[in-house]
Amino acid sequence: MKDRKGDQKAKSARPRVEMFLYAAAALIAVTGLGEAIYLTVMFLTGELAICGGSSGCMEVLGSKFAHIRGIPIAAFGAAAYFAAFSCATFAAFGYARARRLFTIVVGGMFLFTLWLLFVQAFLLHAFCKYCLFSAAMIFLLAGIGVSRPVSD
Amino acid sequence: MRRYLPFAIVAIVAILAVGGGTYLYHAKASSLSGSRIHGESAETADSDHVLGPAEARVVLEEYGDFQCPPCGHLSDPINELQKEYNIRLVFREFPLVDFHKHALEAAYAAEAAGLQGHFWQMHDLLYRQQPIWSSAPDVRQLFDHYASLMGLDVERFNRDMDNERVHQRVAADQKKGESLGVKNTPTIFLNAQEIDRMHLNPAGLHDAIEAAIKTNKPSS
Repeated sequence: MKDRKGDQKAKSARPRVEMFLYAAAALIAVTGLGEAIYLTVMFLTGELAICGGSSGCMEVLGSKFAHIRGIPIAAFGAAAYFAAFSCATFAAFGYARARRLFTIVVGGMFLFTLWLLFVQAFLLHAFCKYCLFSAAMIFLLAGIGVSRPVSD
Repeated sequence: MRRYLPFAIVAIVAILAVGGGTYLYHAKASSLSGSRIHGESAETADSDHVLGPAEARVVLEEYGDFQCPPCGHLSDPINELQKEYNIRLVFREFPLVDFHKHALEAAYAAEAAGLQGHFWQMHDLLYRQQPIWSSAPDVRQLFDHYASLMGLDVERFNRDMDNERVHQRVAADQKKGESLGVKNTPTIFLNAQEIDRMHLNPAGLHDAIEAAIKTNKPSS
């Protein structure tokens, strides 16, 4: 009897924990979105001096890897962050499909981040602090994504 | 109500993201285009790059290299002095190719932009962005980006950068400088008198211009 009550308590606490996790994910995604928009605008206006004299940052943001056919990578990042934010928001409100979609979107972002880290470390031999900040945001999102099994 | 809340939150963030991004873009773009208020009409493709009235009592002639940091540091102060005293400013290319690997391409970029009437805008941008493109692995790509930012015909800009006429123009400036004994950048002449390197700073230039104005005061 006691065990059943405990189970029920644990079950009712679970959605609340989930809600907080996804709300945190939405906040992280919105932070990443802000940074990605900022970098996109800087790229489009040629104002790359935000690097504040950091040569690594200049090398990365000025490299051919910083854009795809003239569209800055940061713009794709902004779209991905917005998708992650939307999924996290809906997931926080209990939408089951949004949870699955969140895991897929963040999984894709995680893989792309690994590629960008590879490019910085082994192809450009330079790191950009904005890219590292974004990578940290995505690792956090990925952490939240894997902490919730997709099958739930 | 709770059912619609996530839709409302997502919509608000979407509006803020698009609105904020657009605002930031316009703010940055207008500060870029507004950075050069001087007219470019006095300039033709074959003439010198000149700002200020022909009848100005003081003519400041600069031999500059876009990749030279001291030139970059002096660029804004010279612009301000030009506006303050309405002096005649002449810029001549003097890329130090032995020291600066992108200097020649930067000079070509400025000249190519000049052929589309935007020499001074590219001049300012190259100096302002000097730390970035100086260390960039693919400098042409950045210059293309700057050209598109100014609304230039990028294809033509690219063609002009490789155009023999542009190359000759840079070489002619350099030859002229060498004939005057120019070896370093920036080298500045004020009314045909070379300014001592000790005075190549904003305060020194200011004093030199004041002195030149007093010397050339029209008799009443």
